[in-house]
Amino acid sequence: MINATTTMESVSYLDHKGKYKGIFAWIFATDHKRIALLYLYAISTFFVIGAILGLLMRLELISPGQTIMTAQTYNGIFTVHGIMMIFMVVIPGLSAIFGNFFLPILIGAKDVAFPRLNLFSWYIFITGSILAVLSQFLRSGPPDTGWTFYAPYSTATGTNVIFATTAAFVLGFSSILTGLNFIVTIHRMRAPKMKFFSMPLFPWSIYATAWIQVLATPIIAITLLMLIAERLFKIGFFDPAYGGDPILFQHMFWIYSHPAVYIMILPAMGVITEIIPTFCQRKVYGYKAIAMSSLAIAGVGYLVWGHHMFTSGMSETARWVFSLLTFIVAIPSAVKVFNWLATMYKGSIDLKPPLLYALSFIFLFSIGGLTGLVLGSLATNIQVHDTSFVVAHFHYIVFGGMGFGFFAALHYWFPKIYGRMYNFRRANIAWGILFVGFNLLYFPLFIIGMQGMPRRYYDYLPQFQTGHVISTIGGIILIIGLFLMIRNLVLGARKGAKAPANPWNGSTLEWQIVSPPPQENFDEDPLIKNNPYDYE
Amino acid sequence: MSENATHITEYKTLGIVLVTLLFFTLITIVVTSFDLAVWNVVLALVIAGTKGFLVVTYFMHIKYESLLLKILVGMVFFLFALILVITFIDYAYR
Repeated sequence: MINATTTMESVSYLDHKGKYKGIFAWIFATDHKRIALLYLYAISTFFVIGAILGLLMRLELISPGQTIMTAQTYNGIFTVHGIMMIFMVVIPGLSAIFGNFFLPILIGAKDVAFPRLNLFSWYIFITGSILAVLSQFLRSGPPDTGWTFYAPYSTATGTNVIFATTAAFVLGFSSILTGLNFIVTIHRMRAPKMKFFSMPLFPWSIYATAWIQVLATPIIAITLLMLIAERLFKIGFFDPAYGGDPILFQHMFWIYSHPAVYIMILPAMGVITEIIPTFCQRKVYGYKAIAMSSLAIAGVGYLVWGHHMFTSGMSETARWVFSLLTFIVAIPSAVKVFNWLATMYKGSIDLKPPLLYALSFIFLFSIGGLTGLVLGSLATNIQVHDTSFVVAHFHYIVFGGMGFGFFAALHYWFPKIYGRMYNFRRANIAWGILFVGFNLLYFPLFIIGMQGMPRRYYDYLPQFQTGHVISTIGGIILIIGLFLMIRNLVLGARKGAKAPANPWNGSTLEWQIVSPPPQENFDEDPLIKNNPYDYE
Repeated sequence: MSENATHITEYKTLGIVLVTLLFFTLITIVVTSFDLAVWNVVLALVIAGTKGFLVVTYFMHIKYESLLLKILVGMVFFLFALILVITFIDYAYR
């Protein structure tokens, strides 16, 4: 049971009159909720652009040979799609938006530990994003390496690799500073009497994520700097022509980029853990197991990067070690899935849009996770390595997981963020179209991947065309679903019915304050008494 | 150190740590002139690790912090060591 906290007369953060007015009241805001919305609008814009680029790729692949673009344009587009979606959407997405907005509220704080550093992180994010966008339009043409920038090709290609890697380097600083801010916030700013094990589970997932952000991101930063130095000064880090080792690049790249997958997925898991008890009106099953599994995923997830490199020429000993570690990381992920299902058991299930997205997350993430074991196993990995099977697996995890987790969070916390409701019927229709479109888009890629369709190929054998046609139709359906979902939410934010403080009968702190929250969240420190999910 | 308490380290201690760090830097440079095969890398990492330990312990005040923070920082070092060991499993057996 939680006692909180604000009076109905409090001025909401949206109406708060501060030092600045108009646009300046937003771009100079240090309130965590306004900064969260700055991230939301920026990231949503990049997501829409990335999705359109993805659709263009799908249209190109609807038939063999050239369809709507040249091969070099295709190389540029899949690289840009990857860089934008990875570094500008899914890595910062949930953590920077919902972490910023709800972490302080969920732990009973008035803001994050370093509000100005928080705003500075957003400016760094925007600077990095502008650099990334510029890299597409400068004279040498968009980078054509894929988002992985593998050496030695990335040390030699004449395209804008330096610009793109500098962008990723700058974006990394934003990620590190945000992570640092969240760690300090959780350690130092929890409400009186809120112990670590009385925090809700979304802050736990943000905590685990923040550690990865702080510890792993510097490694990609130094790797990209080494790549830039290699291109400029021919030092010989990665290019065999100068005595370098291209596998070293892969090691260093994936030491960051595999944990980065957990930066994307852990906050989504935290969102799902908030939604399920609320819409089942049940106490979370295995609270401590879920909290610890977040830390376990973050910890073990660090040590599995080599499964991206099974065909790189890495030693056999390293390969079986990485394969073993990869199977171990499946355990804490499974702990979460089983605990979510156990939480639902005998619950009063209310199939509102947030729960539909949460259930979709479990379904899609499970497919992505189980196909991940196919890739973690040495023998089967070699069969499907660098095929569209990997593309399908990756998108089931990142889009089916993080993406649907993001949509779930958006629908769950929308009434709190804007103080208005969206239309449930339209939300359900959009969810149905998105879910069908998603599976039509990505599932055929598993099949043609098993049959030998390589990833990133511009042209293909006629035998793969049926799969590509189905996939492209799925892509079009998915875009329609996205459009309907965004339209419904925009209409809701502008004209929706006023939202009550607690529309879902939730038990955590954000539902105990008015919608939208006031400037400093709480009039006084909330009293924390028991388990955050006290429904029984 | 408790949440609100502060600890001021003596200038003498900080000076000794600074001199020690400079000494280790000198050692790092000197050992590069000897060909110790793979042990060059091992020695460089041990020296760098020791310097990092001194910086974290004294300059970053971990010595005076709570047990929880000591454990967290210790885990970071452990993780870093694991990453190095696993990477070298590739290089040692390739």
